[in-house]
Formats: sequence, structure tokens, C-alpha cells
Amino acid sequence: MSSLIELVKSAKADGNPGAMDTAYPYAVYLGLQGSLLDDQLVYSLPFDNKIVGNPLLPAIHGGVVGAFLESVALMTLMWELDVVQLPKTIDITFDYLRSAGPKTTWAKAILTKRGRRVANVRVEAWQDDPQKPVAAAHGNFLTG
Amino acid sequence: MSNFEGADFFAIATRFVEAIPHVSELGIGVVSAAPGSAVIKLPYQNKLIGNPDTGVLHGGVITTLIDTVCGFAAFSDVGDGLPLATLDLRIDYLKPATPGIDLLAEGHTYKKTKSIMFVRATAYHDDPNDPIANCVCAFMRGTKGVQFVGSVRKKDAES
Repeated sequence: MSSLIELVKSAKADGNPGAMDTAYPYAVYLGLQGSLLDDQLVYSLPFDNKIVGNPLLPAIHGGVVGAFLESVALMTLMWELDVVQLPKTIDITFDYLRSAGPKTTWAKAILTKRGRRVANVRVEAWQDDPQKPVAAAHGNFLTG
Repeated sequence: MSNFEGADFFAIATRFVEAIPHVSELGIGVVSAAPGSAVIKLPYQNKLIGNPDTGVLHGGVITTLIDTVCGFAAFSDVGDGLPLATLDLRIDYLKPATPGIDLLAEGHTYKKTKSIMFVRATAYHDDPNDPIANCVCAFMRGTKGVQFVGSVRKKDAES
């Protein structure tokens, strides 16, 4: 079994999604942190000057917001499904709804359909108010 | 008429990527640039790995590279120096990136309207006909922000 899947299994056995924060180097680079809120996995992306895309607004780079949404989709898939390897993104579409300002961003994912081989996931990211998302994504992931 | 008439697009693209803190932090550089298109390069870095078992880069890094090249393609095609914002962006992942190798992205506009720029892009290692990812996206023109002024024109760059 891969080291990544071993880490995920042990995080799930302990009911501690925070143990998956170090699942891969890019999640550590962004400083992603997962926690459970009423059984729903919620992730935070801390603000840092290194993720700024527009220094004049200022706003977080759209690529980082997209990377955050995709990461949350992947982490949620591994948390909710018994996968034997890291799910592969087949395709993903990002909608940029508002500019993401210099503060913590939050996101959660919902599995809209879990098929035998493919799962469809929706993700939303927000800053101050979950009712005012800054970005959303939906994608298909190969899970089997 | 474009504000960039007779401009040195490689210099404009270089200033464009250097002005974006995250892009500059990742060491993304310009390979080539023209009105409405560009090729940029991301050096392979361990901190950007998405699969620790294989060393393959995280898909999100490809999103950043592609969003950046599409943004420049739209910006350089519009030519008015006004800011743009990504409306939406779809990426198809065609095959995994090879660990240890630099990643290139080519982006070009294919339709310009009064409000929207439509852009296509691919990410690849050395053969654009063997892409790792394919992307289509739309940008909103004339959004909030500051107008890009002082474009690097050929005569300015040479003097």
C-alpha cells in the first residue's frame, strides 16, 4: 500500500482529518488544514503574501483558489470513500464568483454522485460568509 | 487600436508574470509571447508535488500555470491595459505530468467580444501535440483594478 493511502487510513481510523494535512508536499506548501464540523469535512487556506495574484486589490491568485478547491475535492473523496490510490482528476471546472481577499479562505466538498469508477464532486469556497462563495468547482474523479 | 502597437511582447509578458507575486514565487518564466498568445514555463519543484508516492505535480499547480498564460493571452489581445478577471476555467487532465521535468503551457485567445475574452490552453513537457492538460476559459474585460501603463515599446526597450 502506498504511504499516502496508509496515512489516510490511519487518519480515518482516528477520526482525525487533520492527520491528512501533510498528505502531500503541495498541501503543506499551501498550509491546508482540515477539520470536521458536524461530520462535514471543512478545509482552510491561510492567507500568505506568496499566494497573491493581484497585488493591487489585493487578491489571491485564481490558480491557488482552483488548487485549493481541487485539493478539498480530493481530500473529501479519500475521507469518504475507501480508495486504494489517490483519485485522479479527469476534468474540473472552476467558477470565479468574487475576488478572494487577503484573509483565510474556507471550502467544503459534496459528493454529488459516487459511481463504480467515477465520482462527481462539487466544491465551494468562501471567506466571511458561506452564503457568498468566492469560487466554486465541479469535477469528475477516477476513483477505481 | 491596441496600446501595444509595435510593443515588445516578450518584455510585456515578463513584466506581467513578475508583477504577480505567486507566479514570481513559483519561478514561472516566459518562453515566448505575441499579441493574444504566449508560452510560459514552470520549473519542477519538490514542494509542488501532489502524489508523494510518484513525485507527480499537483493538478492545482497546472491550474495556476494555465490561468496565468490564459490571463496574459487575453490581456495582450485586448491591448487596452485594463484589468481582466477569470470568469470560469475548465481543465481536462489527459495524462500525468512526468516527475522531475519542467512544465510548459501555451495559451491563445480564439474569440474577443466587448465584455468577454475566450481563451484555450494546453500544458505539456516538450511536445505541444502530446498535452498533459487541455483548458478552455473565459475572462471578463475591464474589471476593478488599475490600468497597465508604460508598456515596453520596442524603441523604449532599445534606447
